[in-house]
Parts: sequence; C-alpha cells; structure tokens
Amino acid sequence: MYAQMVKSEASTDDPEKLAAFQARIDAGEKIEPKDWMPAGYRKTLIRQIGQHAHSEIVGQLPEGNWITRAPTLERKAILLAKVQDEAGHGLYLYCAAETLGVSRDELTEMLLDGRMKYSSIFNYPTLNWADMGAVGWLVDGAAILNQVPLQRTSFGPYSRAMIRVCKEESFHARQGFDVIRKMANGTPAQKKMAQDALNRLWFPALMMFGPSDADSVHSTQSMAWKIKMNTNDELRQKFVDQTVPQIEFLGLDLPDAGIKWNEERGHYDYSDPDWDEFFDVIQGNGPCNTDRLAARNKAWQDGQWVRDGLLAHARKTAARKVAAE
Amino acid sequence: MAATLTQDEALFQFLLRMGDNTLILGHRVSEWCGHAPVLEEDIALANTALDLIGQTQMWLGLAGEVQGAGKSADDLAFLRDVWDFRNVLLVEVPNEDFGRTLMRQFLFDAWHSIQLGHLMKSSDPRIAAIAAKTSKEVAYHLERSADTVVGLGDGTEESHGFMQAALDYLWPYVGEMFTSDAVDAAMVDAGIAPDPAALRSDYDALILRVLGDATLTVPDSRFAHKGGRTGAMHTEHLGHLLTHMQWLQRAYPGASW
Repeated sequence: MYAQMVKSEASTDDPEKLAAFQARIDAGEKIEPKDWMPAGYRKTLIRQIGQHAHSEIVGQLPEGNWITRAPTLERKAILLAKVQDEAGHGLYLYCAAETLGVSRDELTEMLLDGRMKYSSIFNYPTLNWADMGAVGWLVDGAAILNQVPLQRTSFGPYSRAMIRVCKEESFHARQGFDVIRKMANGTPAQKKMAQDALNRLWFPALMMFGPSDADSVHSTQSMAWKIKMNTNDELRQKFVDQTVPQIEFLGLDLPDAGIKWNEERGHYDYSDPDWDEFFDVIQGNGPCNTDRLAARNKAWQDGQWVRDGLLAHARKTAARKVAAE
Repeated sequence: MAATLTQDEALFQFLLRMGDNTLILGHRVSEWCGHAPVLEEDIALANTALDLIGQTQMWLGLAGEVQGAGKSADDLAFLRDVWDFRNVLLVEVPNEDFGRTLMRQFLFDAWHSIQLGHLMKSSDPRIAAIAAKTSKEVAYHLERSADTVVGLGDGTEESHGFMQAALDYLWPYVGEMFTSDAVDAAMVDAGIAPDPAALRSDYDALILRVLGDATLTVPDSRFAHKGGRTGAMHTEHLGHLLTHMQWLQRAYPGASW
C-alpha cells in the first residue's frame, strides 16, 4: 500500500478478447508489455504502479528529515543506504510503468500537479529519532504485507519489480525494528521517544491498507485481474496480528485501548482509524501534504537547468561523434 | 602546532584531517536526500554520502586508536567542537545549488584520489589499507563528478553559467588542500603521507583538462582561504552544520543509539 484507493477502470473491449485475457490470468500466466491487454487493465496498472513509484520518491522526505541528525555514523550510513534503496525502488517502478506506454516525466508531472497521488503515510511528519525505527518497523512492515503477494501479480514487469523490492524492504523493516528496540530499551527519554513514535504512527500505518472492504469500491475488478491480491481488511488484520506481540516484546504501551485478543476469531480486535482523517489526508489536508509536494516541485524546478544542461551536452557529444565518423 | 609535536600527535592530526574531510563532505552531500534534480542523482548523491561516511568510520576509528584516549569514531564525530575539526574549508561551504555541489565534489575528488594514490604506499600499513579500500570508491566519485562538471559546463548557456559561478566561488578554497605545516612535515619524514604541496602539479593537470572539456575558465588567482585543516579559523557554516549533526548526542549524553 504504497498504492491506495486506486480507481479500477471498467473495460469496454471486445468480450471475446476479454474472456481470453481473463483465462490467461486465471491460469496464472504473466501478462507481458507487448501482449494484448484491456485498456482498463493498462490504465489501472499505470495508476497503481505510478502511485507506488511516487510513494517511494516522496517517501525519501520524511526519512531524509533525519539523515543529517542521525546520532551515530553507523545509523547515518544505514539510513542513507535505506533511502537510496527507496529511490532505486522508485526507479524500477517507473521503468515498469514505462512498459505500459507512459514516460517517467509524464508521471512526474502528474504527481507534481496533483493529478496522481502517493501513499497517505508520507503526509505525516517524523518528529523524533525513534520515528526512523517506527517508519521501518511499521510503515515498511505494512508495505511488505501488501508487496509480498504482489510478487505474484499478473503483470510481469510489476511482479519482477516487486520481487526485488521485497528483498530490500524486509531488510528495512528489520533495521527499523532494531532502531526502535534500542530506543525502547534505552534511557527514559529514549523510551519516551519510542512510545511517542508508536502512538503517532500506529493509526496512519493502519490507514495504509485503505478503507474497509465494505467501503472499498475498486477492489473487485482489480482482484479479478490479480492486480490486487488481498482485501484491505485481510491485510490490516494480518498487520495488527503480527505487530501487537512485537509491541509487547518491546515493552511499549499499546497505542490503542481497543486492542484485545479475540479467542473466538483467533485474531486481535482493534479500533478503526479515523477514516475522516484519512480522507482529509487523501484530499490534501494531511499535516505535511503541502510541504511534501512543495519540496518535490522545488526539486524539479530547481533541477530544470541541470536536466537541460546534461541533455544538451549529450546531444552535442552525439553530434560530434557523428561528425567525426 | 608547536615544535614539541610528538609523532603520535602529528599522526592523530593527520588522521583527523582525512576523517573530518570525509565526515563533513558526507554530511553536506547527505543534505540533498530527496531534493536532487533527477532520480538518478538522488541515488548517486546518497551513494557518495554513504561512501564518505563509511570512510569516516575508518579514518576516525584509527584516529581514536592513535590518540589512545579511548575515543570511538562516533565520539570524535559527535563530541568535538568547531575548533577541533581539521577538515579543509572547501568541504564545509553550503551546497547552494546542484552546480556548486558537484563542482565542490569534483575539486575535492581530484585531490582525494591523488592523495589516496600516495597513501596506498604509506609506511603505516593501517593507512595503506584504508587508502587501498577507499581509493576504489573515490575513483568512481571522481569519474562521476568530472563527467557531470563537463556535461553541465558544456551543456546549455544557463548550465554553463551555473558551473562558472560555482567554480568562481569555490576557487579560493582550493589552495588550502596544498598548504603544508609541521604535521605534514612529520608525516613526510616518517614516510606516512606525501607533502601536500607536492600534489599540486598533478592536481592542476587533472582539473585543467576536465575544466577545459567543460569549457570553463579557471580564475586567474592563487589566493587561498585557510584555517580549516589547522583548525585556526573555520567558516561560520561549520557551527551550523555541527548543531544539526551533533544534536542528539549533545542533548542526550551517554545514551546508546
């Protein structure tokens, strides 16, 4: 769920072709870029992969916020490596999207002018060093739950990108847990930071899975196409079930008074996030939306001369080479 | 630096100079995270910063050993004040824009790669080993920064203007890398490190070729701001950098992270 609320496009293609396409998907075949695909499948995937890529790019900002304040050389190196991985994930995902006929620059323009979204989670601030632990542990941990099944998604390039991304993400989640564990077992001030990070990021992490299935209008078609592999509520429950014992292991207080083991269901009960807040964030009113987009716009505008310069040089070099031949 | 400098004191100072250069430049480069002109540059800048921080761990780790006061690389990085830093002024000037950042990187990488080439032959095997390891990374840094300087210098009129302005601003900070003092004399005598002044001709040949390809004009001045590598007088910028970098360690002393 670096891609949330992706609107699934209905298809108006030839019913026979659609049926044959669906049969390939049902048989577990991978769809490759040159294969025939319904226009709706293509559009939905561009939206989903693009949103995922944008999330990786905007996601550099909340962690970049602490790189210059990392408390040790090793922590700084690990955080740099992690953020570098995320930029790399953005790169593979843009490449996967490009196979569907949209350029990275077009996708970037759509992010910058607000036509495309990125994950709601990156509109929350990172306020203390323990957030660097909580982001890896909770945010990357939640993302992995969604991305592991996406390794089996029907679109070949997306599936292959996910295989590579998942390997690195599991390392990120482990390092995040290592940071938070150190804080939870540290001085009283460090423990306070860890608790504060958990309390602030818990519900935003739950929101990453998207609204409840009952309110999720886009799931059915995407699930039939194997673009979406599990329902939002399934994954959210899995996340809560795996994370609550970790919170207890860390000796931190549960961030939600509604968390309770339900013997009958064999799962933890938990409180719903505030979905009004979620929709506010999606609509641009999260604590950091304006600043995050402004930072990306500034980077893009300030970098225009660099991109133009390098392109002009590449053209001159090519022209000189031709002239010399 | 008094005449009573012992060999270990001189070696400690020399190692601080190496480690503080990579620490402060690594920090500056890491400030770019998420703000680069294009995704490939975000990745490359993070990678460069990561290499430099890794090199810092080696240099300052050895500095702590030589000092013999039980200090780790982290203690040296996070718990010294401005006057104890020994990096050249060039690496502490602010990033300003991508042009200045890459020009600074190039002007430093060129010196760094030549310096490490000599240090690989150091009489101190610990230094020779660090140099051998880091010179591979630095060769790549130099290749990339030189290519970028050429690409932007010989790009559009606008990019040329940015790069010329960057070179003009940074040029007075180049000379400090080639100044020598008692610490250097002690290193030369012991066969540990070369005399900085002796590197200048190789350096000039390298940068003149690249800056020529970049169609840039080298300022006609040898004036050099000094004071970083001796600690006598840093820029105002270093204190601000340290308030960021050292904040957690200073605010929560004794905590383990």
